[in-house]
Amino acid sequence: MGLRPPHCWGGGRGGNDGPGGYMWLGSLGDPGPRGCGDEDSTVPGDGCPRGPSRVLARIRERRRLMGHVSLAHSCFCGVSARFMEPYIFGSRLDQDIIDLEQTAVHLQLALNFTAHVAYRKGIILFVGRNRQFSHLIETMARDCGEYAHTRYFKGGLLTNAPLLLGPNVRLPDLIIFLHTLNNVFEPHVAVRDAAKMQIPTVGIVDTNCNPCLITYPVPGNDDSPPSVRLFCRLFQTTITRAKQKRRQMEALYRLQGQEGPGARGQGPAALPSLAA
Amino acid sequence: MAAPCVSCGAPLSYRLFLGGRVSFARRHGVWKAAAAELQIGAGSQILRLRHTTGVTTKKNVAALRRETYTVDFIKKQIEEFNIGKRHLANMMGEDPETFTQEDIDRAIAYLFPSGLFEKQARPIMKHPEQIFPKQRAVQWGEDGRPFHFLFYTGKQSYYSLMHETYGKLLDVEKRQNQLQAKGLFSENTKTKDLIGSRWLIKEELEDMLVEKLSDQDYAQFIRLLERLLTVQRDAEEEFVQQFRRSVTIQSKKQLIEPLQYDEQGMAFSTSEGKRKSARAKAVVYEHGSGRIKVNGIDYLLYFPVMQDREQLMFPFHFLDRLGKHDVTCTVAGGGPSSQAGAIRLAMAKALCSFVTEEEVEWMRQAGLLTTDPRVRERKKPGQEGARRKFTWKKR
Repeated sequence: MGLRPPHCWGGGRGGNDGPGGYMWLGSLGDPGPRGCGDEDSTVPGDGCPRGPSRVLARIRERRRLMGHVSLAHSCFCGVSARFMEPYIFGSRLDQDIIDLEQTAVHLQLALNFTAHVAYRKGIILFVGRNRQFSHLIETMARDCGEYAHTRYFKGGLLTNAPLLLGPNVRLPDLIIFLHTLNNVFEPHVAVRDAAKMQIPTVGIVDTNCNPCLITYPVPGNDDSPPSVRLFCRLFQTTITRAKQKRRQMEALYRLQGQEGPGARGQGPAALPSLAA
Repeated sequence: MAAPCVSCGAPLSYRLFLGGRVSFARRHGVWKAAAAELQIGAGSQILRLRHTTGVTTKKNVAALRRETYTVDFIKKQIEEFNIGKRHLANMMGEDPETFTQEDIDRAIAYLFPSGLFEKQARPIMKHPEQIFPKQRAVQWGEDGRPFHFLFYTGKQSYYSLMHETYGKLLDVEKRQNQLQAKGLFSENTKTKDLIGSRWLIKEELEDMLVEKLSDQDYAQFIRLLERLLTVQRDAEEEFVQQFRRSVTIQSKKQLIEPLQYDEQGMAFSTSEGKRKSARAKAVVYEHGSGRIKVNGIDYLLYFPVMQDREQLMFPFHFLDRLGKHDVTCTVAGGGPSSQAGAIRLAMAKALCSFVTEEEVEWMRQAGLLTTDPRVRERKKPGQEGARRKFTWKKR
């Protein structure tokens, strides 16, 4: 692969956690200016909600390059290891290091998709089984106005929903996995069930995870607090902005409707669509 | 699931499915309705019950099982109950405005006398809130989005409670860390609040959350609360007190009857005693010559058997006060021996007020102050008596 410039190495900050073997690399890059002016930038004028995601992508890269997210994980031999090979940059001292440029691309797609789903008032369910972050994920979901499930996953929750949840229940339109594995280091049941129920999934896949069934996998570290907090914050911002955008557009339509039918001609043209 | 019975319709069957707790009470939907509609005479409740279930197609069998009571249905039931109550009051000739639940129960027992042994199987007429189990309203709005952020876990109230408690625990820990960092240590002053109270039991928690819990869930929750209290004893008092119930501590001390004085100035003390099915009340006078009157009859004539008279003698003999007290007692129920035992207990309890605490303790150790818990054991079917089996024949 050759030597990459140092700014591509992921560095870790923050406390040591998780079982032994997850080492933190010292941050090699200069911290640089903390506050990103981009985050406060106004939403682009076009109605497409992809705008905020592009903005966010720039922030993310800068942040990650500043070393807020550790992307190291111990070498794992197993079925998943083969599937995660394309995402792995290399390994150093028995730690697999995830390729950040690929992560950026995948994260861009995932956030874009999330923003679209949130814009179209879809139900988003956050799933994660690491008990350390259970409280954080639930708080984040509540603040977004979306839903979370970081508890024991009952067998037929998605596949047998009418019986477990109620006769005419509406299933989630998107499931976001902050931890793809459950506490026994096996793939979470919801991954398979969502694929069965044709629910798109976004998931943060670590080097010991299987990204096969996930629609928008995002290679990244799911064990360390700073990285999980970063992902939580990103999803939260995306969803809140998409909803804001939706409210703005609805207000705009109401105004246009009040002005008269003449203004309606512009309506369909400005309608954002996934294909746009 | 039991086949729906013709008269009561499907609500009966799925009530049994929902839980045995109200299974008996359910049948009385018919009784209650009958009582209420007796005067009205308009279309019987029985028929109406059959129609509320709706058409069941093959697709909706699973939905029928969990059919819930709509808010309108419950409201209608409450209205009907109130109207029925007024009619019942009129029937009994009482004032409808001041007709309480006890009056209703008495009226129903009078109008529908039942020879059934099981109290819960008899006709009842109670407020619908007590009959229909509490159920949750629909959990999502018109657009299908659930109201609660933990809806998709299945146990939303329980998990949101855990989430809240854990949040409080984190806050308390943070505050403690801050205090410790500054060097100020809080003192535990309020340890007494938890004495005399116990944690909620699982059933009470289920009622509070209107949700079924497993034993592990309940244990986990109690453990979390205990953890919160270990960090800081008086943390989040109102929150913790929600899950505390007071326990009446029964004092093990012997209750000593206070002395009373009659017209002549003679001190006396009364108390009660029981044995098997005999109930006795004894009045022991301070100064006397050892006369005992039972139901107005002298004890020598009332208890011809020596053993019974010995029983009466025992408390006085124990305290060496044989000829020093006069006793008047009344006794009812039981046979001669149990009446004697009941009077003995009553006299011993009454004597406590004339005697030192040390002697009271001696009496207690001698067994004079303990109610004999033995009662007649019932005869079982397939046996000749309570324990005796039929003669075993080899062939």
